[in-house]
Amino acid sequence: MSTTHARAGVRRTVIRTLCVLVGMVGFTLALIPLYDVFCEITGLNGKTANSAQVVSAGEVDESREVRVQLVTRTGTGLSWQLQALDPVITVHPGEISQAMFRFSNRGDITSSGKAVPSITPSAGAEHFRKMECFCFQQQSLMAGETLELPLVFQIAPDLPEHIETLTLAYSLYPGDEDETVALGGAYD
Amino acid sequence: MASDTSQATVQVSTSAVAQGDGAHDSHGPTGILRWVVTTNHKEIGSLYLLFSLAMLFVGGSMALVIRTELFQPGLQFIQPEFFNQMTTMHGLIMVFGAIMPAFVGLANWMIPMQIGAPDMALPRLNNFSFWLLPVAFGILLSTLFMEGGGPNFGWTFYAPLSTTYAPPSTSFFIMSIHLAGISSILGAINIIATIFNLRTPGMRLMDMSLFVWTWLITAFLLIAVMPVLAGVVTMMLMDINFGTSFFNAAGGGDPVLFQHLFWFFGHPEVYIMILPAFGIVSLIVPTFARKRLFGYASMVYATAAIALLSFLVWAHHMFTVGIPLVGELFFMYSTMLIAVPTGVKIFNWIATLFRGSISFEVPMLFALGFIVMFTIGGLSGVMLAIVPADFQYHDTYFVVAHFHYVLVPGALFAIMAAAYYWMPKWTGYYASETLGKWHFWLSVIGVNLTFFPMHFSGLAGMPRRIPDYALQFADFNMLSSIGGFLFGFSQLIFVWVLIKAIRGSGEKAHAHAWEGADGLEWTVPSPAPLHTFDTPPPFDPLTESPSRH
Repeated sequence: MSTTHARAGVRRTVIRTLCVLVGMVGFTLALIPLYDVFCEITGLNGKTANSAQVVSAGEVDESREVRVQLVTRTGTGLSWQLQALDPVITVHPGEISQAMFRFSNRGDITSSGKAVPSITPSAGAEHFRKMECFCFQQQSLMAGETLELPLVFQIAPDLPEHIETLTLAYSLYPGDEDETVALGGAYD
Repeated sequence: MASDTSQATVQVSTSAVAQGDGAHDSHGPTGILRWVVTTNHKEIGSLYLLFSLAMLFVGGSMALVIRTELFQPGLQFIQPEFFNQMTTMHGLIMVFGAIMPAFVGLANWMIPMQIGAPDMALPRLNNFSFWLLPVAFGILLSTLFMEGGGPNFGWTFYAPLSTTYAPPSTSFFIMSIHLAGISSILGAINIIATIFNLRTPGMRLMDMSLFVWTWLITAFLLIAVMPVLAGVVTMMLMDINFGTSFFNAAGGGDPVLFQHLFWFFGHPEVYIMILPAFGIVSLIVPTFARKRLFGYASMVYATAAIALLSFLVWAHHMFTVGIPLVGELFFMYSTMLIAVPTGVKIFNWIATLFRGSISFEVPMLFALGFIVMFTIGGLSGVMLAIVPADFQYHDTYFVVAHFHYVLVPGALFAIMAAAYYWMPKWTGYYASETLGKWHFWLSVIGVNLTFFPMHFSGLAGMPRRIPDYALQFADFNMLSSIGGFLFGFSQLIFVWVLIKAIRGSGEKAHAHAWEGADGLEWTVPSPAPLHTFDTPPPFDPLTESPSRH
């Protein structure tokens, strides 16, 4: 084997391997938006739509009942309380219902927060349609202020048969203006 | 120890002169600088192996800190915060600092000698790959002394534990993972370039030893998944320092995305740590059974099949995060499918042993121990693949038992087997049979005493990564701790064996150190001269290929 021949071969192999490497870096970066798109289509991660949806057409299925559990959780760095006035409501698929949530700022300064929803089981996420929701934008509350806000929603009639209970969890997170405060608090 | 090695290698180079290719020797720096700037594949291989041995003891000491605290229920010796740092650092150091560099060291030493190449294809890059590692692990270990302590979120560093709730030293951890990753990638490129271009004339791919084959496939796995690891830690870095929200639900990100990305790297990673072990066992079993390997081609295809399947099973680590039923079924079946090519391998090893003329030298003992105990780990892996069962096993000591069975009597025993097998070629002297047998049997008893009871404590519900536990787990934990200390201290016997061989006390080895061994590395003198195969050796596939009929 001549050395120059081997050297050219090594160069070729290295270039090809580097191409694979760059390809995998690109693939990793592409996975982030792909994951979001994939989850948006399939509802795999339990995320629901970020903006108001139209009412889904179809008959109200009076013969079927779905329990909707409303769970709330306050995240780090926000002195708020979030409460569902009715923790469990029973609805028929196709029916338009409303649930009320109470936001209270227990802190002594005006602050803003955002409620981020998540559906369990995730297979039900794309069938949970929100017509009106406080979760589309962030709220601002003065110190000690309490606010009651509605969620108007519909369970699409094509909800898979095996789902009898849907859990909607709202996690409260600090809004954008408080971001510095929140990050500082995380290292306490 | 390093100076002993250098002496041994100096002797080696004089024998190289006798062989007639001394033209390359006796220039360049001497002393410590010689090891810093060396581009010789054998010296770099030794550096890798000694580094990984040092890391084995560092990571092992952390394991003993863990086992000391868990000897009895309650908190006796360390605080939970430090306990978490110990479990995390133990995992990181063993995976990235001990097992992976040991295999790279073996690849450096043996791949050029097995394919008849004078050196690795890119010798200077080789030097750089190695010296990144001490820097990476120096940084990682230094985090233990920083304010807020070192990484405490488990070796899987799940977000948000490793982002929002992480100690301030996490950016140093990310840096060290980056450096270790770059080292692995460069090493993999080097190995691929060497195997594809520097084989001796006449050696086809299907004539290569299985160690070379499994390393070639491992190198491709490294190229494919190390960029994913680099991507994940970079996103963590951005989330921590630059206000992005890749894994932060408050900003529209998703912590589950972290787990998908991590395990897309992580599952191929566990095969990176086991495929070269398969290659080593596939060399040692035929040598001491005095038969050719049964089913050479099926071994190659099974290795490739395992590597390909490793990209399709990652979510079996995440069955409990709430993925849909279809996803759980897919990942359950694809995981179980891996048992098929793995079963092919175990079948082939047993078929090689069948009616062989078997002798039980120390390398063979470790290889046989590997086959038995790796299979135990494989079987508990199949149990974990069953979705409904995994909901019970998830994050319990059953998982700890499973992955330690595949990594300790699996990967580590294979590395030990390789060290005993090739020590005559490295040092010119056989490893002490008596000490080696003590090392083996104490290790077997220690490893089983440590990890077998963990199956039971796990099934009974003991969660992993906790410094304290309920009283009903006390007996199993005490057994595990006793076994852990037995195993840990018996590794010191190996250091003794190694020092003895390097010092040259013991039986002198001739070129063909094991009568049943096949391969080009046994055609050069023992110890191997610093430069071998400056001119490619003759190779006749009809009589020398491991795939010959």
